[in-house]
Amino acid sequence: MSVKSILIVGVGGQGTLLASRVLGNTMLRQGYDVKVSEVHGMSQRGGSVVTYVRYGDKVDSPVILNGEADIILAFEQLEAARAVSCLKKNGTLIVNTQEIDPMPVVTGAMQYPEGLTEAIREKGLNVVAFDALKLAQEAGSVKAVNVVMIGAMAKRLELDKEVWLETIRTTVPQRFIALNVKAFELGYAAE
Amino acid sequence: MKQLLLGNEAVARGLYEAGVKVVSSYPGTPSTEITENAAKYDEMYVEWAPNEKVAAEVAAGASFGGVRAFCGMKHVGLNVAADPLYTMSYIGVTGGIVIGVADDPGMHSSQNEQDSRHHAIAAKVPMLEPSDSAECCAFTKLGFALSEQFDTPVILRLTTRVAHSCGIVDTAERVEPEQIPYEKHQEKNVMLPAFARPKHIMVEERTKKLAAWAESCDINRVEDNGSKIGVITSGISYEYAKEALGDTVNYLKLGMVNPLPVQRIKDFAATVDKLYVIEELDPIIENFCKQNGIEVIGKELFPICGELSQTLIAKLMLGKEPVIVDLEQPIPIRPPVMCPGCPHRGIFYTLHKEKVFVSGDIGCYTLGASAPLNAMDTCICMGASVSALHGFNKAMGEKGEKKAVAVIGDSTFIHSGITSLIDIAYNQSNSVVIILDNSITGMTGQQENPTTGKTIRGDVTAAVNLEALCHAIGINRVRVIDPYDLKETRTVIREELAVEEPSVIISRRPCVLIKSVKMPPSLTILPERCVGCTACMGIGCPAISMKEGKAVIDETLCVGCDLCVGLCHSNAIVKKGEQA
Repeated sequence: MSVKSILIVGVGGQGTLLASRVLGNTMLRQGYDVKVSEVHGMSQRGGSVVTYVRYGDKVDSPVILNGEADIILAFEQLEAARAVSCLKKNGTLIVNTQEIDPMPVVTGAMQYPEGLTEAIREKGLNVVAFDALKLAQEAGSVKAVNVVMIGAMAKRLELDKEVWLETIRTTVPQRFIALNVKAFELGYAAE
Repeated sequence: MKQLLLGNEAVARGLYEAGVKVVSSYPGTPSTEITENAAKYDEMYVEWAPNEKVAAEVAAGASFGGVRAFCGMKHVGLNVAADPLYTMSYIGVTGGIVIGVADDPGMHSSQNEQDSRHHAIAAKVPMLEPSDSAECCAFTKLGFALSEQFDTPVILRLTTRVAHSCGIVDTAERVEPEQIPYEKHQEKNVMLPAFARPKHIMVEERTKKLAAWAESCDINRVEDNGSKIGVITSGISYEYAKEALGDTVNYLKLGMVNPLPVQRIKDFAATVDKLYVIEELDPIIENFCKQNGIEVIGKELFPICGELSQTLIAKLMLGKEPVIVDLEQPIPIRPPVMCPGCPHRGIFYTLHKEKVFVSGDIGCYTLGASAPLNAMDTCICMGASVSALHGFNKAMGEKGEKKAVAVIGDSTFIHSGITSLIDIAYNQSNSVVIILDNSITGMTGQQENPTTGKTIRGDVTAAVNLEALCHAIGINRVRVIDPYDLKETRTVIREELAVEEPSVIISRRPCVLIKSVKMPPSLTILPERCVGCTACMGIGCPAISMKEGKAVIDETLCVGCDLCVGLCHSNAIVKKGEQA
């Protein structure tokens, strides 16, 4: 299989790193070559966080740049807008419509831009937008945003749904399985 | 077994498989996870050292003792360890030594972009450079074999994208070599001039032997795709080149970047019409080629500054530009910020208000330089805040002494601030040093250090008593404050700036990210009391923002540190559920 590139973006603390590791390990078990790239350090302190997942028969570069992503999984709208130039023309942007104010907005130096998702859609890109925070709350915890996002991504990848559910059952502690399966299902059903 | 491992995890795995017995490192992005993961293997003794010089010397000592040893650090850490390195090169090894160093092209989390290959050349030691996680593990093991075969320390060089990318590693069992019995060997291990002179000759001979090995080893390899265009590359640049150019060019992939194989490069050059050198940072392979009369295209095409990428290579070599869709509107940046509840915030808010000169240092608290606090004037390297403040005050006289402070974290102070503070005490500098004691090494992701009372594996150990240490080196004025108490913080800073002798203020409050730190419930702002004066916004807390003319607190972010409460003139900030 030719290499598939998935860019995961969000804000430090949202659990993007976990999502990228889950995706990478799932693809490893399918027998693909996999590379997952993440940047630690400064970016963890509430800054923009970008991770790259690439899989296929043979993966060379671990990074994804302009016009190279098949899927962008954006945990936050502003980060989606920042990353959108990385999307292939026929790629898909999956975006959590949640807004988290960055420091220039917090201090009042800038406004949080309005209508970002619509603006991206108007560019002719394939956009799947929903409120993952709300779905996570519905599943039982705001911390499950990343599993909701994984669910939405899983629907747009070639693997069987059961493979993902198995990954969730084997990676999360017993008492959180029901919550996470629900979060996954809500994400999977999101349009 | 096939596992998805971070480059750094793969190095740790390589240490385990190579039968290493002793690991000593100082944390530094992007190298930290090597040692954190090494600590998960009980078969190895693993420690955090106070700094990289100590770590390298611990590795040297373990080698004298006849076992394989490792020390890990970031690129700037190798400067600190350079002193032992250059003489360890002369001594060579008993048990093998590998020094892991992670460069940070693009400066994701560093103060400069130096290229560690210069150190390998200058110290005359071999350097291996893996391109992915599988090579991280394999080259670590090879490093120990080479170290013992050629009687030399070996440097393993990573860069951020190799260190922090996961790839598939086929792991193997641990093979532990027999400990080499100790024998006193002064000519080998005591570097007096008389013993060092013949050693230098030996080092030059060794380099020739290593260069001969580089000519035939299989980690330097040619990939012949029948092209008339050649690319010489190494490390992550090889992956970028493969991605951009595929099998349209021939490759000479170098796994060993010092010494370089001159004949192999000449032979490779003879098979192609056009030869490129693709390397990040400095033109080291390129200059070597040019010195040896091999015509190559290098830095006239590729940049010295910043990271390379497949996109950049495709653009510069093939003229290919990606098709992109972009939004026209400006997107606000999202810089890293001090966490809600960060104990550093109160100090930097006060320093900002007091308008003092702040001699800064390396750590989370370097974020004190950013808006809205902007409370940092200088930042060089680990420990420099203290010594640079002394120099500044000598230059400025009273104008400096009454209006200047240094800020340094607990771990950084232990790393290299102590000697600087001794300079202040010894030379009776009228300087105020603030030690930001948050009881952890924060920036690199929560490592224990000699002030925390815990080892890398969480075992209880001796803790440096900062107050007693300051007294012992001759500082008579040592004050301890709680940075959540803004009033006390301001008063003590003013008092200490006014006195005519060296002074240390220890600002003590543990990092809120430490798991054992329990914080009170989050705060909320009563809209009917808030007058929209924005006083609470001055501390730059990411949990507070203005919505329709009133301040609001994001309760999912707020940890209830109360710092903002004292700033509100309208008593509008209260504990959740409280009205008074």
